[in-house]
Amino acid sequence: MTEGERGPAVVVQDVRKSYGDLVAVDGVSFTVAEGEFFGILGPNGAGKTTVLEIVEGLRQADSGFVRLLGQDPWPRNSALLPRIGVQLQASSFFERLTAKEQLGTFGSLYGVGEAVVADMLELVGLTDKADVQENELSGGQRQRLSIACALVHDPDVVFLDEPTAALDPQARRNLWDVLRAIQQRGKTVVLTTHHLDEAEILCDRVAIVDRGRVLAMDSPAALVRGLDAPTTVLLQRGALPIAEARALAGVDDVVESEVALSLSTRTPAPVLSALAERGALDGLQVRTATLEDVFLDLTGREYRA
Amino acid sequence: MTAFTSLSIAMIKGFYRDRTSLFFMFVFPLMFLVIFGLLLGGSGGERTKIGVVGDGPVIAALGAGEALELQRFDDLDTAVRQVVDGDLPAVVAQDGDDVRLRFAASDRAAAGVVTGIVSGVVNEANLAATGQPRTFVLDQRPVEDVSLKPIQYLTPGILSWGVSISAVFGAALTLVSWRKKQVLRRIRLAPVGVGTVLVSRVLVSIGTALLQGVVFVAVAVLPVFGLTLSGQWYLAIPLLVLGTLAFFSVGMLVGAFCRTEEAASGAANAVVLPMSFLGGTFFPVEQAPDWLQTVSLVFPLRHMNDGMVDVLVRGKGIEALAVPSAVLIGFTLVVGLVATRVFRWED
Repeated sequence: MTEGERGPAVVVQDVRKSYGDLVAVDGVSFTVAEGEFFGILGPNGAGKTTVLEIVEGLRQADSGFVRLLGQDPWPRNSALLPRIGVQLQASSFFERLTAKEQLGTFGSLYGVGEAVVADMLELVGLTDKADVQENELSGGQRQRLSIACALVHDPDVVFLDEPTAALDPQARRNLWDVLRAIQQRGKTVVLTTHHLDEAEILCDRVAIVDRGRVLAMDSPAALVRGLDAPTTVLLQRGALPIAEARALAGVDDVVESEVALSLSTRTPAPVLSALAERGALDGLQVRTATLEDVFLDLTGREYRA
Repeated sequence: MTAFTSLSIAMIKGFYRDRTSLFFMFVFPLMFLVIFGLLLGGSGGERTKIGVVGDGPVIAALGAGEALELQRFDDLDTAVRQVVDGDLPAVVAQDGDDVRLRFAASDRAAAGVVTGIVSGVVNEANLAATGQPRTFVLDQRPVEDVSLKPIQYLTPGILSWGVSISAVFGAALTLVSWRKKQVLRRIRLAPVGVGTVLVSRVLVSIGTALLQGVVFVAVAVLPVFGLTLSGQWYLAIPLLVLGTLAFFSVGMLVGAFCRTEEAASGAANAVVLPMSFLGGTFFPVEQAPDWLQTVSLVFPLRHMNDGMVDVLVRGKGIEALAVPSAVLIGFTLVVGLVATRVFRWED
């Protein structure tokens, strides 16, 4: 691709898809720039996977406009396939092949030689598991292997559907490192997740999806800022008399519990410096709003993954 | 490596690393070959055992013959008690010119055989005693009969059955498990043709069928079982290939309808089991009633089996392949076409 042709990696405009009476995707639009890490965030059943499948060319949209690297992914577009990598569920492997053999076999489907296999294993941290059969790997290792299989042919755009679902916290963190490394290789990454913290940590931009619609779309920080929610400053109980805390400039509210004194403010910077001047920073914690609060604000209901 | 080669290698590795499938493709049919081969191996070939008391030309002549095996007793009473108890079908006692035959009337077939042989020997001895030349001379020699020793029909039958198991189950289970595990989706997302994937899987099944042929025949020709191959055994190779194609298409059809491996395995059994009984795997179809023989003609296994018996043991030439091949190819085309119509990439 020459520089002049560079456009967005993914364009989705007013896409709709129903299964019988069930409206899975109800007019979704978004654009993903090249090299961007884009997250589609929402609870289970929100329509994230269907959107992803339509963009990948696995399903046909009932209506709307889809372009993937400037081309229509539907019907099966063989010119597009080598340029996209799709991570499927962690069990999408050939029976009883080792990690190395899986990568080699998937690579050969794209005409890629064995040479990249070692590089892929290293990228996902499975070099020492090269000769272990797929069914003997742990859940996190299988997940990483399946991501490596999606990357083996060096695609431009990588789609990851719930890559950290069903992983323990340690395995999730390991995988996040892998995902960051993928972006550093210049790939465009589109990821669906129902973990709000994950989207916040990994994504450049996030589309919050619920019931087949995009409720909000921006960078995680901007979404949280847009909420205009107060920041909570937590101190050890007794670090400061309550009256003195109330008197600080910028503090909206003060609550003392059995263990902590919490100050609510929309201007955390001057409040923190005022606390520092008083030497009252014992047990300091600062809590800002999260995407969870954004979801709550947008839907009026508690976020349930 | 091309996608085709590496897919084939991946499938071969996946298949041969699975002990369960190896068991069902190779050991399981071989178990039937061994069990039926040993069970039926004796029938038709063994000698009837009778008791004898005393000595003389008649008893010597009976011992020299091939039909009977003699067990000696000291006195007639003990020997007769054995006959009464059903342990022996008959006893012959000779004391000089006096020859006595006592037999169990319950087993008519054995009684007929023994009385026929003993009276023949006695008549021959009488004739020799008169010193007269023979008026009638009996010219007797064996000819190749159409009925086969059990191992001769068991080997082609169980080989055809084994091929049907591996091809039907192989195709059905691969298809279902690949769809369930989204391997099919992954292949669909790669720039590789469906034909490439299908042909490489079929080739693995064909290779398995040929290997089964080698292994089963190698076991059956062991002296314990005593299979004798005809000179044109190699004509079995096209039948193994065509049979695999026919059964593979059945497996594709089963796999298209079933969502889980368990369902596919059950459905494949429901197809293969009746087919194996009516197709002549365990006993010659000629022994079945006429209407059942007609029913069995709808099964590809029956035709594969007929062809296998003809070329493996009856020594028939390439013309014996015509009908079975035509039926198997036709079956493959029809079932294969239906299977592609009902094929699903995803659940």
